Amino acid sequence: MAKKTVEFSLGRNPEMGVDAKPALGPLTPVEIPEPDIESDNMLVNIGPQHPATHGVLRLVCELDGETVVRCIPHIGYLHSSFEKLGEYRSWNQVVPLTDRMDYLAPLIYNIAYVMSVEAMMGIEVTERCKLTRVVMMELDRIFGHLLWLGTFAMDIGAFTPFLYTFEERERIYTLHEQYTGARITTSATRIGGMMADMPKGWDLGVRAFANGLPKTLDECEVLLNDNGLVLGRTQGIGAITGEEAVNYGLTGANLRGSGVAYDVRKDQPYYDYETYDFEIPVGEHGDCYDRYLVRMEEMRQSLRIIHQALDRLEKEDGPMDVEDPRITLPRKTDAMNDMESMIHHFKLITEGIRAPVGESYFPVEASKGELGMYVVSDGGTKPVRWRVRPPSFVNLSALPKLLEGHLVADLIAINASIDIVLGEIDR
Amino acid sequence: MSSSMAEKKSSFDAVAMGPVASAGAAEPPKPPPVTAPEHDSVTALKANFGDALLRHDVVAGNQHIVFIPPHRNLEILQWLRDDPEQHYNLLRDVTAVDYGAGTPLQVVYQLFSITHKRALCLKCELPLDGLEIDSACSLWHTADWLEREVYDLFGITFKGHPDLRRILMPEDYDEGHPLRKDFPLRGRYSRAEQTRRALSQDLAHYYTELEVSLGGESQALPPMETPGRVAGGETEE
Repeated sequence: MAKKTVEFSLGRNPEMGVDAKPALGPLTPVEIPEPDIESDNMLVNIGPQHPATHGVLRLVCELDGETVVRCIPHIGYLHSSFEKLGEYRSWNQVVPLTDRMDYLAPLIYNIAYVMSVEAMMGIEVTERCKLTRVVMMELDRIFGHLLWLGTFAMDIGAFTPFLYTFEERERIYTLHEQYTGARITTSATRIGGMMADMPKGWDLGVRAFANGLPKTLDECEVLLNDNGLVLGRTQGIGAITGEEAVNYGLTGANLRGSGVAYDVRKDQPYYDYETYDFEIPVGEHGDCYDRYLVRMEEMRQSLRIIHQALDRLEKEDGPMDVEDPRITLPRKTDAMNDMESMIHHFKLITEGIRAPVGESYFPVEASKGELGMYVVSDGGTKPVRWRVRPPSFVNLSALPKLLEGHLVADLIAINASIDIVLGEIDR
Repeated sequence: MSSSMAEKKSSFDAVAMGPVASAGAAEPPKPPPVTAPEHDSVTALKANFGDALLRHDVVAGNQHIVFIPPHRNLEILQWLRDDPEQHYNLLRDVTAVDYGAGTPLQVVYQLFSITHKRALCLKCELPLDGLEIDSACSLWHTADWLEREVYDLFGITFKGHPDLRRILMPEDYDEGHPLRKDFPLRGRYSRAEQTRRALSQDLAHYYTELEVSLGGESQALPPMETPGRVAGGETEE
């Protein structure tokens, strides 16, 4: 085995000057000596019940000393067969299944699913609905990234950011609750619109949150960015080149950390994302540190989008739901007073929406990477096939590659840095 | 529960027999033809692989689907990846669709070219008596787990896949392939039997053969004790 030298470079952090000094930690390069003990490799099982696996992930590792020679992930412990269940539900009834996948950013999943069905049915949602959904998606991108930041910092030995980020997440939970009545299982969307118009003053709550978050992010960055321990545990760890990352199907911040500026919001825009003023942060080295920097910057960019969308929302007071008798219920007063509307209401509730023959693969940029919702209809009221292209699943499949030649302790850091959620991997 | 033994037995016969075409084997429904702007890659595919383009659908406004024969999938996928004019370097998704009623299963490849910002969907139709297709693992590492999932849930064999085993369901799961239309929603065993089997899983099934061989002699797995009390009341005695 080759000698491994770990070097830290403060200059890699764009926020820091060249002559900046780390706050604490090892200042000299560390040389990891070559183990001189002759022995067989060892098999170590990590998980499924292990806090550092971020869920019920099980990793079976072959170790030579402390170096990981091979890692075989085992998944499926949370498999609940959502895709099969979806085939037995009407189009709108699938929505509650979606937020149980990535419970760290449920609104993105709700919205991605209905967007795909709407694309298949050829429905163009209203401007107000679009803007609300953009706000929600960016809010939940931050929601997911904040959890990632807290747990990532904790996994590499820093406890405090976890407390800071969860304080902020609590504010988003409250916003979820104000809009949807639920903190995690939001089920906020319906085909052609939202479950309800936003409650009065909700946008002000989002604005207040968006104004307060940068301070917390700054505090976390003060704790982490120039911390010698963090640099030592993340720089040069789990590096992957851009070309390899594309071949392994990495998406989201994991891909952008390797320098490939692929973001569905820019490359295949939906909901007028091309008209928003925001940037796609990219890394250079593709290691844990760059993925960390990319995600931190992404949260700030999401805040920019939220502010712009809220500005547009203030001027937009049109209807929230589309006026399409195929999918929207008649007004309650009509349904109670007029026979045709009553029948219409009854048919929509008992039979469900009927989608024409067709299919749609609709990618959106979720907090973990590219989330693709693939729906297939044979003209009935239920999906023939509902497939979720899970970003974490594909990202996790690159874990054995990222781990090559690293130590067991790095395994924890790398696993934390790719940001997985097992609810969506196992579905 | 009212399910009789006869029902249970016939349900498992279906696993042993494998998929069979129903009497009135229909075709999967086709989306209505629409007029959409030309897709550069589809035009190029027509020029280079004219006879291999079985069908071209446009769905959801601007999503192009190309049907190709299953035995030529690798050739066409590789061309789409390597040709500089196409350069579909990102394999977004591999999945399958079962329309039921004995219709062929469709294997679906979702491709995206980061260079040209273009998406394309390829489909291969596999008849139920020939659920085999070449693995795309040699082209994209992404295909590794995605194809394992399709194998697990649909029972499609990917030839040349380096490690084709179940991924979401347990390794010793013997009720068939859950996402196929002929698979009942609640599985083929009764709830009690499913619980019993889950509780009495052999420890050896927690590890793959490769992992056990890595462990060496000293780490041979101990035989797992049969739980004294099991759900469902079915015991070995």
